Amino acid sequence: MSSRERILGRVRRALADVPPDEDAPVERDYLREHGERTVEETVDLLAENLADYRAVVHRTDSEELPHLIMRLLAQRGPQYVLVPPGLPPEWMSAADPTRVHDRAVSTARELDQVESVVTGCAVAIAETGTIVLDGSPDQGRRRISLIPDHHICVVRVPDQVVASVPQALERLDPARPLTWISGPSATSDIELDRVEGVHGPRTLEVVLVR
Amino acid sequence: MSGTFVGMPAFPAAAREAVRDTTLRGNLRHATHTIRAKRARAVAELDDWERLRQAGKRIKDRTLRHLDRYLVQLEESVTAAGGVVHWAADADEANRIVSELVKATGETEVVKVKSMATQEIALNEALEAQGIHAYETDLAELIVQLGKDRPSHILVPAIHRNRGEIREIFVREMGEWGRPAPEGLTDTPADLAEAARLHLREKFLRAKVGVSGANFMVAETGTLVVVESEGNGRMCLTLPETLISVVGIEKIVPTWQDLEVFLQTLPRSSTAERMNPYTSMWTGTTDADGPRAFHLVLLDNGRTDTLADEVGRQALRCIRCSACLNVCPVYERAGGHAYGSVYPGPIGAILSPQLRGTGSEIDASLPYASSLCGACYEVCPVAIDIPEVLVHLRERVVEGGEAVREGNKVRLRPAKGHAAERAAMRAARWALTRPGALRTGQRLASRTRRLHPRTLPGPGKAWSGTRDLPPVPAEPFRDWWRRTRGGKDGGA
Repeated sequence: MSSRERILGRVRRALADVPPDEDAPVERDYLREHGERTVEETVDLLAENLADYRAVVHRTDSEELPHLIMRLLAQRGPQYVLVPPGLPPEWMSAADPTRVHDRAVSTARELDQVESVVTGCAVAIAETGTIVLDGSPDQGRRRISLIPDHHICVVRVPDQVVASVPQALERLDPARPLTWISGPSATSDIELDRVEGVHGPRTLEVVLVR
Repeated sequence: MSGTFVGMPAFPAAAREAVRDTTLRGNLRHATHTIRAKRARAVAELDDWERLRQAGKRIKDRTLRHLDRYLVQLEESVTAAGGVVHWAADADEANRIVSELVKATGETEVVKVKSMATQEIALNEALEAQGIHAYETDLAELIVQLGKDRPSHILVPAIHRNRGEIREIFVREMGEWGRPAPEGLTDTPADLAEAARLHLREKFLRAKVGVSGANFMVAETGTLVVVESEGNGRMCLTLPETLISVVGIEKIVPTWQDLEVFLQTLPRSSTAERMNPYTSMWTGTTDADGPRAFHLVLLDNGRTDTLADEVGRQALRCIRCSACLNVCPVYERAGGHAYGSVYPGPIGAILSPQLRGTGSEIDASLPYASSLCGACYEVCPVAIDIPEVLVHLRERVVEGGEAVREGNKVRLRPAKGHAAERAAMRAARWALTRPGALRTGQRLASRTRRLHPRTLPGPGKAWSGTRDLPPVPAEPFRDWWRRTRGGKDGGA
């Protein structure tokens, strides 16, 4: 007997007390979102919660966006900036550092030489201060938002903003590789006290763009 | 790693040692009190917490009550997405499968995401025996691994260490394992985290094989979810060419939508955050992004035996948040090591004796590692009635009875060492069903009360060693009632 059959057999014997036709749907009486907010207030809550977990939040409009990205990069002064293949080119039109396009052949070691990365996102969650990346062309492979120490993430507001976790899951496609990011990398492993900055980007800048 | 739980003494003996360690008690008090207050605030933010908690319970119960169906569905969806599913009936089989998968890649090292399942099966030791080095990359696991120590908490395995001790371990051991600790390392948490970042980066960049567990597996989509904070998880899940995930069969949720409950309750219950910094979700393999080969090892190792117990099976709802550890007065004082298992605290006290059986001294003693205060049940985000299961397991230890071990029905013999308890209970039953004998006994006790010892002799000595015996009244209650008609006649 294979282990698969052995385990499934054990499960079935263990559940001898469960009626075979039992099929009660799960009752979901919890809230779809917490509190009532206007679209504007939801965006404000996103900004507040992002900042609460030490992300740096900026607000701008699409016209000013290239200049803001230029300034954010200039403050760090990286020589190279990593960009995913489908990043709107106008976002980077004013930036000084040399753009490095992520390619399938780029090794982790090569990416480790690049200090900053600019991406878009799939959805942002106001109640938890979370941005979600789904590997779309403006976000790129998972590793590019992980290895560089400085991540600039552009969120289109209000279109990409939802209030809650349930609403975010409705928008996301499970077939895509998903990365949920809530602030910069952190740890609570020393005396259960939160410290920002371990393996992921230690600086997360979120640009809310109208 | 020399850390092992084999041959642990019973909980009372181990706990007696632990409570004498004042550093340990200080570290634990500080950490658990910090997190308790934070968790309460994070939970209070959600008005529907109790409803989320009940929904989490119902989703997990549904999973468990149809586990065969969901396992098959999960296997289908993972396979359809490009993953390979393996089944492991016990720890040895899981270790063998993982060793062979690693060997097939030709690699001799793996990087690991923190995982309770691989701790439970002692995967690192099994890989080491095959010449494969496993590097723990979670900060707390790194502290435990470098310190040749054992984990003492589900979420923060090095909770028993303070910053000064961690600094010492880093300075002493990092050079043995790779990049040494930076010169002049201080004991501030930020500096210690930076030292870990530098030490592990080299390992992440060259790793070809990653090993993980998972917090959730979605049956309908084949999606696995890993919830973490540091980014070490993302490194291990996305940089290697091969990813091997070892996951307990109870980690399934039926639908994608079910995640909306647990992604709200887990972070707030564990690290007391609205959301943990990073959550990774992957479904099989993705072209040009992440590992090219994905293996899922489904682990039984006592879970189906636990499932067979209608009272005890609720322990399988556990999502490993560790909120029950952080509120437990016994855990706070005894620490995690005394529980003799990778699952310490209240959940460990009901999980270990079910996964491993109550045959060993430590496992038979675990259901007693509790004052039954119920704080664990109050905070549990999937409403596991831990006190109920503790009492149920105590009965099994004392009385014996039917249980399932490795898929077979067995009849457990009553445990040794509980003879006095059983005798006392038998005597009580005899006396309480015979009013005449009870009356005679009570009168005798009242008349001789000045002669009673302060501690019990014989087998009762240990019990009365830490408790005062209840004083016997000068007159039995029933005599008083008869004499005064319940106080109406004014007699005191």
